[in-house]
Amino acid sequence: MRSDLSLSDPRLSGPRASLGLKAAAFAGLLFLHLPILLIFLYAFTTEEKTYQFPPPGLTTQWFGVAWNRADIWPPLWLSLKVASVATILAIILGTLVAAAMSRAKFFGREQLSLLVILPIALPGVITGMSLRSAFGVMEIPFSTWTIILGHATFCIVIVYNNAVARMRRLSGGIMEASADLGANAFQTFRYVLLPNLGSALLAGGMLAFALSFDEVIVTTFTAGQQSTLPIWMYNELIRPRQRPVTNVVAIVVFAATFLPILIAYYLTRGGSETAGGGK
Amino acid sequence: MTAAVTFSNVSRHFGSTKAVDGVDLTVPEGAFFAMLGPSGSGKTTCLRLISGFEQPTTGEIRIFGEDVSRIPPHLRAVNTVFQDYALFPHLNVRDNVAYGLMVKGMSRTARHARAEEMLALVKLEGYGDRKPAQLSGGQRQRVALARALVNEPRVLLLDEPLGALDLKLREAMQDELKALQAKLGLTFVFVTHDQHEALSMADHLAVFNQGRIAQVGSPQEIYDRPSSRFVADFVGSSNVLPPALTQSLGGPAQWSSLRPESVQLVEPGSPEGQISGQVTGLRYLGAATRILLTAQGTEIAALLPSGQPVPAIGDTRSLRFDPKALHLMEGA
Repeated sequence: MRSDLSLSDPRLSGPRASLGLKAAAFAGLLFLHLPILLIFLYAFTTEEKTYQFPPPGLTTQWFGVAWNRADIWPPLWLSLKVASVATILAIILGTLVAAAMSRAKFFGREQLSLLVILPIALPGVITGMSLRSAFGVMEIPFSTWTIILGHATFCIVIVYNNAVARMRRLSGGIMEASADLGANAFQTFRYVLLPNLGSALLAGGMLAFALSFDEVIVTTFTAGQQSTLPIWMYNELIRPRQRPVTNVVAIVVFAATFLPILIAYYLTRGGSETAGGGK
Repeated sequence: MTAAVTFSNVSRHFGSTKAVDGVDLTVPEGAFFAMLGPSGSGKTTCLRLISGFEQPTTGEIRIFGEDVSRIPPHLRAVNTVFQDYALFPHLNVRDNVAYGLMVKGMSRTARHARAEEMLALVKLEGYGDRKPAQLSGGQRQRVALARALVNEPRVLLLDEPLGALDLKLREAMQDELKALQAKLGLTFVFVTHDQHEALSMADHLAVFNQGRIAQVGSPQEIYDRPSSRFVADFVGSSNVLPPALTQSLGGPAQWSSLRPESVQLVEPGSPEGQISGQVTGLRYLGAATRILLTAQGTEIAALLPSGQPVPAIGDTRSLRFDPKALHLMEGA
């Protein structure tokens, strides 16, 4: 997000790009985004068995069909519940870790910071396998909570990264200034740290929510018989009937994940200006 | 006179680094006390020991007679103007100033009224609704000052408060700070690495070097009678003369200091000349020209008032000075 910001800085734009480069960039963007548009398009097709192009006709009937399909709702609720709880856990724990990392200097701090961000660098299969075997060893039955724990491992990292970056940009002196003026630790947290951290936490939380909502790999390893929405969709694709219903759900997933990311982007962008403005 | 702050044999070590090393210090009540020294000399650590953000490794610190070793920063009757001001970016100027009163639980109307009074004191009436980001450096400095003063501290600590300001503003703020201190009758402890600032503002001066106090005294004493080569060098770009040179000028075999402004240039061979040498450097300073003369391998600076003929580099000249201006220093 930060790099997008600096690239859009007019001072950094060099000489104008050549026509060939522009065409290549445009082709690249089409390649990335056209399939998404196709998914939207096929949510409206009248043909339910194969995705033939162009669609023979357009209809909005699949939205109604999807609404009435009872098997969609449990995975949707499960996904929402898992993403919400994992995000709340991540906000609490991620903030605490960030506060510890940015305030204290102790032996092994760098190594510990690496360990904290490792879950997001590790392939999901590794995280999933290790969690699954750990749950097995500890004889914890698979449930909604095991999925939540799995998701929390990488959600914490998202919140931590956002919080730690904001804390770094905050003038360290403002905590001391608060104490100097007579505030105890709780007052400093309440009146200085939290207001300055708020938008970063919200942004981190939204990103974490979006990541959790469409996570498949770790979920496959840590879920028992339950399906989250992405897993339900994957299973649905294999079936021959009512295919556009999957596309309707895809639109919902798209909205549920893209909007938080977009909001998070704008929140941290505004935050960087106000946080830096104090200096 | 009561002591506002006393250090008794205070040390602060960071691992093997002795940031503050056996400091004894008394800040009299009502003083404008400057701690002067190069960076890393321990002056800022001393300030943080008073504010409570550092704990002494050994020794005892008293604020108005009370041992503060066990008192955390937020319970000490001192407030700080921080080097980078450390204003709260999310609060407007009024709420920044009122912060200390807010955490004490004063009502909104009362603390805002008090904040406006403080803003008037630092000549920032009408700026209450602005955010710190909308202020200039000088205005932020005033907000930081008002915010620290609103709690009515018994000692105000200032950590290089003028360092971020440009020269003209810095000079104006020096006068204002001095006037404010006189008006409030508060004890100010002021940390700076700028000797001009320390000399012009403070009535008491402690010169720090490598975690120790090199000299304490009035600015006049320290400028005129530096106790060591370090102080002579740091406080006034003074000439430091080695024992052999002092002896050849009629003094004992001891290190001595000589102010550039007490040295006059005369023609070589003139009977008034005490020592002759070669001009090796010239620097035009506006009101005067600083001339470097190398005699017996030692560079001696002289200030030549403007209007007098300036020698060229390589010319030979003699130096003349009042023997009383030669100040002998103990030790090296």
